Amino acid sequence: MTLDREHLEYPRRRYGMDHERYDWSLLSQRRPVHWPDGKSLALWINVGLQFFPLNQRGKPFGVPGGMTMPYPDLRHYSLRDYGNRVGIYRLLNAFDKFKIRASFAFSTELAERIPYLLDRIVARGDEILCHGWNMDSLHYGGMDEREEGELVARAVGRLRELSGQAVRGWLSPARNESERTPELLAANGIEYFCDWVNDDMPFEFRTGNGPLIAMPLSNELEDYFILVNNLHSEQSWLEQVCDAADFLLAEARSSGCGRILALNIHPWLMGQPHRIGVLEQALAYISGLDGVWSAHAGSICTSWREQQD
Amino acid sequence: MKSDPDFYDYWPYEGRPRIEWPGGARIAFWVAPNIEFYELNPPTNPHRKAWPQPYPATQGYSIRDYGNRVGHVRQMEVLDRYGVRGSVSLSTALCDHHPELIAMCAERNWEFFSHGIYNTRYTYGMSEEQERDMIRDAMASIHRHTGQQCAGYLAPALSHSELTLDLFAEVGTELFGDNGGFYTCDLFHDDQPTPIRLRSDKRFVSIPYSLEMNDTIAYVVNRVEPRRYGQMLKDNFDRLYAEGADSGTVMCIPTHNYQVSCPHRLKAFEEALEYITGHADVWVTTGREIAQHFIERHYDASLRDIAAREAGA
Repeated sequence: MTLDREHLEYPRRRYGMDHERYDWSLLSQRRPVHWPDGKSLALWINVGLQFFPLNQRGKPFGVPGGMTMPYPDLRHYSLRDYGNRVGIYRLLNAFDKFKIRASFAFSTELAERIPYLLDRIVARGDEILCHGWNMDSLHYGGMDEREEGELVARAVGRLRELSGQAVRGWLSPARNESERTPELLAANGIEYFCDWVNDDMPFEFRTGNGPLIAMPLSNELEDYFILVNNLHSEQSWLEQVCDAADFLLAEARSSGCGRILALNIHPWLMGQPHRIGVLEQALAYISGLDGVWSAHAGSICTSWREQQD
Repeated sequence: MKSDPDFYDYWPYEGRPRIEWPGGARIAFWVAPNIEFYELNPPTNPHRKAWPQPYPATQGYSIRDYGNRVGHVRQMEVLDRYGVRGSVSLSTALCDHHPELIAMCAERNWEFFSHGIYNTRYTYGMSEEQERDMIRDAMASIHRHTGQQCAGYLAPALSHSELTLDLFAEVGTELFGDNGGFYTCDLFHDDQPTPIRLRSDKRFVSIPYSLEMNDTIAYVVNRVEPRRYGQMLKDNFDRLYAEGADSGTVMCIPTHNYQVSCPHRLKAFEEALEYITGHADVWVTTGREIAQHFIERHYDASLRDIAAREAGA
């Protein structure tokens, strides 16, 4: 029994990362970032507004949250739809009640299918990010290059037309990428993307078409991860979010460097009647803390960028 | 393949010779932060894939990178606060990738032990010579970068061969004589140190490392809520502390900087540390110090007791 030689060879064993996408950098050694008006903690709420097609192809895998039963999987299709019909309006009321500014990551196909919802978000003056074409249009390693190029251009271009917004941000369905996704995003004028979870602050990410900003949208605090993947209670989600807010605010104060609390939520989960209450409690708690700046993702990105050189 | 790894004989947890820890402590308490490097695009081992999806596995890779960029310093500050020196289970390529982390730990007189080269390179399928080379490379890296003579092993990603412990002990002897390669964290059969039988007859011990208290097992495999994890740590301590009045026990918290150090989880860990180190008669120590103490004071008596029981005495 012997492995091929390459298994004991380490061509990228060197200082820094084992790839060229970004530089190695300790969060604790970065230059301080200060948020507007002397605030310490930026609150970034990202709401996923998603379209899960009933005729899911599942290529190269079934998207988390997607169809799992034989066709037609009406239970999952309609329960996801519930979020965009009912749950989202509970979320909007909660944001208004606590004067929270949220950002909305749209499946472009959803924006096309439900102009009412898109217009409602646009009319609020809230930021819209592109969340891919739909939840079954995954970007993945080994994907056909031309197919992905067309998919990114269509998703981003059409969402710009429909929303009238610049659409600066991107979140991949299932946060999955091909080896070329960052290049395609940069080529399509995307300024920041939210797929990588290796930091609590933005950082510069290299692509062959100029840099992107990687924005830190925590996966560990996401409603889907905590409630569905881990099967934690609603009460535990609330505790985890409040503990994170306390910790990040304390770290921002002690280090003198602004921090970001990023909450990724979905109306088909948090918009349920038995969950909206804990979302409201979380928003009440966070907005009651001293030094919190509730802002759109793009505003946080701009503020960070302006302080880099 | 064997039906039993044959590392140890059955040795019931009653009537054993009393273990006495320094200063009359009831329990030896150690924290083992895993500081790991996972490669974005490793060669695919024929027996185990590193990542579930095709390259690039952005999610799995980037949360582990979070641990090194963000989590490590947070965990270190908490351990500093409670006077705990970490015993680092180290992907030794990290000495090259992130020497800043190594320097911070070395400055605090933390222990480094071997966790292989990368956590994306598995032992499965290696020849004896290949595994020996990998083990030597890792121990030599620790020595070159920190001056420490590596005493302990936790196989990379807990991937083993039948010879893993033999090879680790033998390479330790080659490089450092009796000062290197004398304990393992790979076995989970006991709450006290136990002698391990090797082909070289080296005095070698298993030190309790605990899968159950491992944050990744708790958070990722068993998916427990952070506050429950904190309570599990306290409950685990309470029982081992009580039993330690009769004979010394060992409690380990194996951690990962991308799990325990997340903003929503650090509080549970900190409260448990505060609780544990707030007790009298707790020996807050390292894996190496526990192994050394056991080998010097209790190894021979343990072997005699095991032999006597095997003989039906």
